[in-house]
Amino acid sequence: MSKEFKIVVLAKQVPDTRNVGKDAMTPEGTVNRAALPAIFNPEDMNALEQALRIKDKFPGSKVLILTMGPFRAAEIIREGYFRGADGGVLLTDRRFAGADTLATSFAISQAVKKMNPDIIVSGRQAIDGDTAQVGPQVAEKMNIPQITYAEEITGLSDNRITVRRRLERGVEVVSSTLPCLITVHATAAPCRPRNAKCVLKYKYSRTIHEEQDAANAGKYLLSADEKPYLKIQEWTVDDVGGDENCYGFAGSPTKVKKIENIVFKAKEAKKLTGSDADVDSLISELMANHEIG
Amino acid sequence: MNNIIVFIETDGGKLCDVSLELLTKARSLAECLNVDVEALLIGSNISGLVPELYRYGAKVVHVADDPRLEFFRTLPYAAITIELFKEQKPQIALFGASSIGRDLAPRVSSALKSGLTADCTSLDIGDHEDARSGKKYKNLLYQIRPAFGGNIIATIVNPEHRPQMATVREGVMKKEPLEKPADGKIHQIDTAKILIDSDFAVEIIKRDIEEKKINIKGAQIIIDGGYGVGSRENFKLVFDLAKTLGAEVGASRAAVDAGFADNARQVGQTGVTVRPKLIICLGVSGAIQHTAGMDQSKIIIAVNSDPEAPIHKIADYSIIGDLNEVVPRMIASYKKHSK
Repeated sequence: MSKEFKIVVLAKQVPDTRNVGKDAMTPEGTVNRAALPAIFNPEDMNALEQALRIKDKFPGSKVLILTMGPFRAAEIIREGYFRGADGGVLLTDRRFAGADTLATSFAISQAVKKMNPDIIVSGRQAIDGDTAQVGPQVAEKMNIPQITYAEEITGLSDNRITVRRRLERGVEVVSSTLPCLITVHATAAPCRPRNAKCVLKYKYSRTIHEEQDAANAGKYLLSADEKPYLKIQEWTVDDVGGDENCYGFAGSPTKVKKIENIVFKAKEAKKLTGSDADVDSLISELMANHEIG
Repeated sequence: MNNIIVFIETDGGKLCDVSLELLTKARSLAECLNVDVEALLIGSNISGLVPELYRYGAKVVHVADDPRLEFFRTLPYAAITIELFKEQKPQIALFGASSIGRDLAPRVSSALKSGLTADCTSLDIGDHEDARSGKKYKNLLYQIRPAFGGNIIATIVNPEHRPQMATVREGVMKKEPLEKPADGKIHQIDTAKILIDSDFAVEIIKRDIEEKKINIKGAQIIIDGGYGVGSRENFKLVFDLAKTLGAEVGASRAAVDAGFADNARQVGQTGVTVRPKLIICLGVSGAIQHTAGMDQSKIIIAVNSDPEAPIHKIADYSIIGDLNEVVPRMIASYKKHSK
């Protein structure tokens, strides 16, 4: 019998900063955050696919989603279920609030230790911050190797994993001992679509808070006692333990001093048409000013 | 002690531009703080690179020279960097925001429990008052970076933890050697004392790295193609104009994602930051993540048939027109006048 692996996918719910359209900008030229949809961080999706491929090759392996965020971030875990994940944990607690990457990585590493996986995969970076720091910081806190910029997991045995990395100007193939943390690059294979069977099975999966909200709204729910797999676990600081001073704002060495919204300022621009005469006068002007020559 | 240490990256036996840019920036920060700039150079057979680091202002170069360190691997490089920072206690440590720096710096910051700010676009020294405690801090490193897809600019400080760490992308800072270089000192790091077997848990099986060919960063003139160019075939127009004007070709992320142009040409937050003396944007809509990487260009010319495209708002010259007509006219006009 081949080995069964336990894989934890670190995923984050992020505002979709890639599609800041016209309606997402206020008349003052700043961002209207409410107009941005919350999505599964794109590179975390690539990471999920790598995890699911391990499960395809090594039946019996388990893929678990770990996310940290507000109650509604449970959507990320459900999305993972719909694509083939076997379980998930939502780390949610006001005491996590105000965390920078270091405090975030502490919280996540505490949860991962409790889950005790063979392999941890995550996206290279999240599009709301683009820092790419949490992955390596979790690896350091777990005292395990890290492989960043992964494009494909090309080999896996009982105690070693082989990964092709995408670097600025080429590729590198490396192998590491297990357990190990891998961050996945956008050039990796896209995630498979939702699976209809999984959607049917997990459509009503809920966290305890979602269950309470639904009950308050008078909706009928299958109780988790009937179908325990529908229960999405929520963990707080108390569940993952560790020094409370390492969490949230207190555990964050970096502080935001100032935030400025980017405002588009219309410069005094010369408006031209694409006509021969306009283009010719522009090119002549640039040449006269030695801008081109 | 309490100096500024710059992590030096090498590539094929040469110093990377980003490290020399950081040394240049570190000099001006060090002047504000009245401290020295030092460099950390890790690799194999690298002592020949040390004089060049003096030329860029390093007073001390910490050298870890070991055949096992020929290529970057996270664990041994991190072990050496962490050990050096514990011993030297720099107040500031700077890394390139490259695939190496962005892999190494977070690992080091986690081990030292110090703050790290990724992809800074500006660094400065200034004071800070903590809003909660009212405590005042003198001469902190202001780490200024875009966030939220480039829609906001944040200034980050690390009041209590040292070193204050930041990464900066290539091409963001200027690179300038000292006018009157002076020799510094070498500090040899005893790698045998630091590295242990488990630092080599990751093995490099194969490396397939291409020579650096495309260099849009250093270009004086850039022709910048966007998704509006329409196809990889039509990108020939962009190259034609570039060839005529002696320019390099850049591209927006949308154009690169669509396969119109190579990754190395990508301008913007997730690509290269450029500030040429002239940039001509063809079929570029002007998404913030793109313009953040080129809006410091001296002259911006936008060609876009959509008068509402945001690129027109930052352009010095706005041509509302079809690039398929405008570009051949530009080429013809240039050829006519340059005779």
